[in-house]
Amino acid sequence: MNNYKKSALKHPLTLAITAGLALSMGSSAMAAENGKFRIGVVTFLSGPAAGPFGEPSANAAKVLVEGLNKGKLPVPYNTIGINGAEIEVVIIDEAGGAAKQVEEFRNLVQRQKVDAVVGYISSGDCLAIAPVAEELGAMTVFYDCGTSQLFNEDKTPQFVFRTSLDAAVDNIGAARYLTKTRPDAQKVAGIQQNYAWGQDSWNDFTHSMEQLMPKAKVVESQMPKVFQGQYGAEISALSVKRPDIIHSSFWGGDMEALVLQANARGLLEDATAVLTCGESALDRYKDQAPNGMIIGGRGPFGAFAPDNELNRWFKDKYQTAYNTAPTYPASKMAQAILGLKHAAENAKVESGKIPAPLEIAKAFKGATFESVSGTVQMARAGGHQAMQGISYGEYQYDKASKKGSVQNVIAFSGECVTPPDGTTALEWIKAGFPGAQCN
Amino acid sequence: MRLDKTELILLAVAALLAAGGWIAPQWLVFLLTMALAKAMVVQGVVMQMRAGLVTFGQGLFFCVGGYAVGMSGHFLNISDLALLLVIGVGAAVLLAMILGLLMTRYREIFFAMLSLAFSMILYGVLVKSSALGSTDGFNVKAWTLFGWSPASGQGPLALFMIIIACSAVLAVLLHRYSRSSAGMMCEAIRENEVRVEYLGQSPRWVLYMNYVAAAAVSALGGGFMALSAGHIDPEMAYWITSGEFVFIALLGGTAHVAAPFIAAIVFAVVRTYAIELVPHSWQMILGFTLLAIIVFLPKGLWSLFTGNARRAKA
Repeated sequence: MNNYKKSALKHPLTLAITAGLALSMGSSAMAAENGKFRIGVVTFLSGPAAGPFGEPSANAAKVLVEGLNKGKLPVPYNTIGINGAEIEVVIIDEAGGAAKQVEEFRNLVQRQKVDAVVGYISSGDCLAIAPVAEELGAMTVFYDCGTSQLFNEDKTPQFVFRTSLDAAVDNIGAARYLTKTRPDAQKVAGIQQNYAWGQDSWNDFTHSMEQLMPKAKVVESQMPKVFQGQYGAEISALSVKRPDIIHSSFWGGDMEALVLQANARGLLEDATAVLTCGESALDRYKDQAPNGMIIGGRGPFGAFAPDNELNRWFKDKYQTAYNTAPTYPASKMAQAILGLKHAAENAKVESGKIPAPLEIAKAFKGATFESVSGTVQMARAGGHQAMQGISYGEYQYDKASKKGSVQNVIAFSGECVTPPDGTTALEWIKAGFPGAQCN
Repeated sequence: MRLDKTELILLAVAALLAAGGWIAPQWLVFLLTMALAKAMVVQGVVMQMRAGLVTFGQGLFFCVGGYAVGMSGHFLNISDLALLLVIGVGAAVLLAMILGLLMTRYREIFFAMLSLAFSMILYGVLVKSSALGSTDGFNVKAWTLFGWSPASGQGPLALFMIIIACSAVLAVLLHRYSRSSAGMMCEAIRENEVRVEYLGQSPRWVLYMNYVAAAAVSALGGGFMALSAGHIDPEMAYWITSGEFVFIALLGGTAHVAAPFIAAIVFAVVRTYAIELVPHSWQMILGFTLLAIIVFLPKGLWSLFTGNARRAKA
């Protein structure tokens, strides 16, 4: 049968491996510095998070980088590229788990020689990437992941920044919005996807409600598995308890499916849904969602972004390129790249030169920069975590124009909803938000 | 102990790779480390394929190995690499000894589905344990070796040297195993189980021993994966991960102990370049690669090395 032991192994094995080595070394030389500012953009291009989050983010990066390279952005970003150097984007798929992302992150930095990496939606990926970024000294901006654990684990960050908000902010904000708009609510229920995101969101929300609306009682909590798609049983379980408020951290297709199914079953007529990620489907709800449903956009993004010149430019360009308004993941990607540009240009190196990661990091630390979502302060985690306000509003569908919009928007300032340094989100909530300054 | 020619070549290749590690770019060193860790799990899959059993749940032991390493670091404050790996392998062996009692009663699709089921049970349990970070998983602490810890930035290279050494020893052992009476028995069971029983052997206990051994090898890979990536999450036990191991096993073929190592490296290189060159449809490149292998090299990549000899005979 197999007489491989005699004839098989002479040189083919070594040959294959040396060939492999040679090939990969050759290509690494090819990707040497070319005078351009190379940004590695990592986001979901496949899998369930690609449609609602990954694609809008990748599109936003394209639109923005194109505009920056032409120097077409409004002030203060009207200079060409980053510090005068043209921007080149290397895009990578985030699918495949944290171990693979660590490998691809190293490839981006060491093989593709990117000057900075902007990306990551999954919290697990952010947690895994942070120590590697610090080890390699690679400038890294997380644009979307929301885990509160990030800077608890990476205690003395140097090269890692996050321009998006901690997920706890979403739920503190949601509870504060309810306090203002639904102070009489008695019965609260929740439905979350059963994984880290859903579990953390529900935990933060229920603890915030205990502090802010102690009279409201949690009557039901459903935790279906992520990407289940059919929520008949859960909707029945929720309906039986007749809640006033239904909180959900569902996102993407799951969230849209839940709204569609719960609305058809009449659940959303009696109860008000609070969807912390609801904004991403604003253009698609049409008349399938009830008016008055509370939606959030994980910060002042998407439909909640302020009407400033930068945002008008961004919305307009995005709309012309992709025939749809930018949703919150798109705004967040734009914010991360703008933050990077701001820091790189304040690193005080000669125009046209690319500053070293350490120089960018020094300028990024504690910076205040303008973004499509208004002014961003890197005011938490020792100047590495962005602090911004959060807005919630109610969905309104206009039958005549067939367009959905948000009404009754309330914006809470960053100081009102963001835990201060030195305490975890949950500790801060349980202590009754000491030091919060609310408008 | 006398080494035969194959074993000498295996050791020589390992030495060559280790030497190459000093000059190779760092990303390649890391990529090879990850590929070798995966290859160990694939060895576990191949060991069972030789006995005619396809497992779609080898991620179970991969995950147990990884989590045992990560949790020992976090909760027991153990940082010694050797001890961590021993704990990982030990945990997997214990689990395999229990599960094996049930698993060895089944063959073919029933074995495949049951193995899949057990790994998905672990996945489900991990997703629901928020103390372990649920789906986010948690970071693995830095390792030391007998009191020595690598200098900053040298960790990946040091781990590469260690995994090369372990892979070389493992390859020699597995090579001997495949030619031992127990290894031959596995092939005999695949060909005709009834005849093996007539010979007075118990196929079930041979398979049991093989199952436990495969679990140990896979857990070692899981442990190395945890230490090199520095992060573990329940995805390790997910069926897609297990499917990937079967994919790599098919890519390499079962004919030789070196095949899984080569296949894992080829897989890693193809994947990373596919991701770089066609970020939106890299999975398609992987799919076509497997399709091409199945069509043109039904016995896997290894038939490139033996193909001529075999064709001449046929």
